[in-house]
Amino acid sequence: MSRIVIREERCKGCLLCTTACPKGLIVQSERFNKMGYKVAEVPEGRMAECTACASCAKLCPDCCITVYKSEKPAAKGKAAGGKKEKK
Amino acid sequence: MSEKIVFQKPESVYDRATHYCPGCHHGTIHRLVGEILDEMKLREKTILVSSIGCSVFLYNYLEVDAVEAPHGRAPAVATGVKRARMDKFVFTYQGDGDLASIGMAEIMHAANRGERISVVFVNNTVYGMTGGQMAPTTMEGQKTTTCPSGRCPESHGLPIRMAEIIASLGGVAFCARTAVDTVKNLNQTKKAIRRAFEVQTAGTGFGFVEVLSTCPTNWRMTPLKANERIAAEMIPYFPLGVFKDADAEVCA
Repeated sequence: MSRIVIREERCKGCLLCTTACPKGLIVQSERFNKMGYKVAEVPEGRMAECTACASCAKLCPDCCITVYKSEKPAAKGKAAGGKKEKK
Repeated sequence: MSEKIVFQKPESVYDRATHYCPGCHHGTIHRLVGEILDEMKLREKTILVSSIGCSVFLYNYLEVDAVEAPHGRAPAVATGVKRARMDKFVFTYQGDGDLASIGMAEIMHAANRGERISVVFVNNTVYGMTGGQMAPTTMEGQKTTTCPSGRCPESHGLPIRMAEIIASLGGVAFCARTAVDTVKNLNQTKKAIRRAFEVQTAGTGFGFVEVLSTCPTNWRMTPLKANERIAAEMIPYFPLGVFKDADAEVCA
């Protein structure tokens, strides 16, 4: 499953990431961080829709978002070429 | 299932919270510069000349050697640094109050001489750090603390389009204007900054990129509204694009 991790202690709640996500997954949460900003979050259960396009992370001015992309299990890949061996 | 990181903070950017307001594009532009320094493997040989303005603490955020220049004089300081250390990569990072107002003479002559330096110019149409005074790039009708009824062209003139002016000078190898309000524009910005850095490493001439940026606090807008203003008001007056991309023969 691809996913993003938002560092809540760095988030300033500008919400630019919410405009960037093509699926509209990111919303403002009800939580405040230590700086007093309402942080952005992906609501529970919706992270599965993330495609790891990294649009949110690119627009985040505070480098809060790390994007992880899942890799298909090797056995499932139908192209049994060199791509699989590399990883 | 294994996973790999497809996006994280570049190595050239310190892992440190910035002092910028929420939604300020400075952080985004710092990160783009950091990414390009990493990709071009320039970090170890870079000397940054930072300016006065909100970006004054840039040396706290980019992991490169830095010189702090007086207000507007970054191109003059960078000229000296580059001429003394030709083997180093020298770039300046300036705001619009710094570059287009106080530092107008320095930037014009550094560009005209074709100094082998690169300039990242962040245009947010206002003096950010000092409290939102009118800058030469302030939009017509925009309210600031020194023009509370809005900029009036009859008494204040029209906003200066720096990228077009710089592109008309002889020593300039690359000059572009970009924005970072959308992912598409952000990718264009990255390309433009990379090209402005490449013309220096290739020794072609002066590289200049104007990046349209927000200042939500001094525009008195939410970060999202400020981000929308870039496309709604700024881009029509400050058109995006590459104004000059010259070969070595064309440059002085």
